Amino acid sequence: MCTRRLCAALAAMVACTAQAGDGGPYGLGQPAADAVIRAWDIDVRADGAGLPQGHGNAARGERIYAGKCAACHGDRGRGKPMDRLVGDHASLAGPAPVKTVGSYWPFATTLFDYVRRAMPFNAPRTLSDDEVYAVVAYVLHLNGILGADATLDAASLPLVTMPNRDGFVGDPRPDVHAGPCAADCR
Amino acid sequence: MRRIRHTGSTARRSFLLRGSALAAAALSPGGAQGEPLADPPWSAGPGHPILSPAYGLPSPFEKDVVRRGVGTTPTTLSSWSFTPLQDLHGIITPNGLVFERHHAGVPAIDPDAHRLLLHGMVERPLVFSMDEIVRFPSVSRIHFLECSGNGSAEWKAPKAASIQQSHGLLSCCEWTGVPLATVLAEAGVKPGAKWMLAEGADAALMTRSIPIEKALDDALLVYAQNGERLRPEQGYPLRLFLPGFEGNMSIKWLRRLKVGDAPFQTREETSKYTDLLPDGTARRFTFHMEAKSVVTSPSAGQVLRSRGFREISGLAWSGRGTIRRVDVSVDAGRTWREAVLQQPVLPRALTRFRLPWRWEGGPAIVQSRAIDDTGYVQPTRDQLIAARGLNSYYHNNSIQSWAVGENGEVRNVHA
Repeated sequence: MCTRRLCAALAAMVACTAQAGDGGPYGLGQPAADAVIRAWDIDVRADGAGLPQGHGNAARGERIYAGKCAACHGDRGRGKPMDRLVGDHASLAGPAPVKTVGSYWPFATTLFDYVRRAMPFNAPRTLSDDEVYAVVAYVLHLNGILGADATLDAASLPLVTMPNRDGFVGDPRPDVHAGPCAADCR
Repeated sequence: MRRIRHTGSTARRSFLLRGSALAAAALSPGGAQGEPLADPPWSAGPGHPILSPAYGLPSPFEKDVVRRGVGTTPTTLSSWSFTPLQDLHGIITPNGLVFERHHAGVPAIDPDAHRLLLHGMVERPLVFSMDEIVRFPSVSRIHFLECSGNGSAEWKAPKAASIQQSHGLLSCCEWTGVPLATVLAEAGVKPGAKWMLAEGADAALMTRSIPIEKALDDALLVYAQNGERLRPEQGYPLRLFLPGFEGNMSIKWLRRLKVGDAPFQTREETSKYTDLLPDGTARRFTFHMEAKSVVTSPSAGQVLRSRGFREISGLAWSGRGTIRRVDVSVDAGRTWREAVLQQPVLPRALTRFRLPWRWEGGPAIVQSRAIDDTGYVQPTRDQLIAARGLNSYYHNNSIQSWAVGENGEVRNVHA
């Protein structure tokens, strides 16, 4: 066991013996300049941070979708064999909820992030940024969220308000407070 | 043979019984009905030499102790397989039996070419090779890993034919690696950091947002399990491991950590691993796997072939801490008896419990109920549904019922 004081002392000792310029306490790892990081730094946040240059609209997206997406996600996003993309937000409170991009996803930026990093399933990261914008525009159009001629880019995509934007709550668990009944239970 | 009769799965039992029948045909071992014992053929001469094979494998007679898939997903590249809990002993899951969940297949990663990038809100963005990761001071810890979808098919009806299907997205290993806090300190986390994106190197580039408090607490960068380097399907050569959190967050094939001031709202944490409530809202960032237990023997698919003494045995675990007590009922929860906990009882690890029992041939409904050191009591299914409805899918930690029939057959029931 390493006490907190001992750990602190060890860390300080290692820090003192690390060579000047190494930075961290153990002097491990190589500095990663922006040019090193760039190709992997592809995440897109809800505020639009990380969105690349480029643009696309639903008309172009429809053509890309037919060739690269429909085989798994069905005609017009109806699903089968893989996830359905178009669905009814009102279904979420019913007995048979349908979770789709249109009904459930809170952020349009997440769709861009996911399509760019992971789709098409068998050839991820083969779509250009323009093509990703176009496919995203088409899927949002299929859900009635975006007009047929709307163009998406880094400025407009974060402004799209998804139907389920406010549909999420935090974790209140533990949400069951059962007593350990021992006899004559039930 | 008693062990086989009592704990084997149906398929494995029939295989072994067939094997015994063949052995009996070749040579009667005697002893069963008072016949004299005789030497079996394996005692008549030397066996196999060393290194056959160089990496040891289970006995051929254990060939049915394997992971099994669900069989209903559109592709086996994005699917899952279950650990055969009914056939395991103690608390450690052998590496070849740890459950799988992949989102774009298992990548074949050359460890010499693998890199971990640590950047974002840090003083010094760094790239690490595996050699450098392994040079950090290391720790080994025993923890369970459970998919938050474990038991997801069981909310509305008892569907699983075996515990492997109902609870097998659960494993427990000794994990070795470097505390994530150590590596984060190497880069220097900037003030204001609240979340960290973890990204895999598989074709899906799987991502989840991790609260910085967890990253700085007990999170590990793991490169070994149960004494050997990670198996490819468990994230070779490097994975994140978050003790007690839903399995999906322990990103495998880890290649990037990006520190930020807000959750990254990835597809997994918005559209997938969220818990839908009856009013149409959904809980998100439901990280902890709450206290849960299950009886592994007897369990569905097994057949009790003889009356008399047998041990009820099972597993309990809590993502919030340490198992304090496990109660067992054989009358559908009307009365409970405290089980014996097998040491070691470790935080966020599987705990083996046992209770002596005599089955005299009558019907019984066997249940277990875990209590952890926060005082939390594993709920019934009805209690869980009252709190969350029937469509929350994930985090089903309710009490499991196994019905033992008068014929000895054990079935999965809702009681």
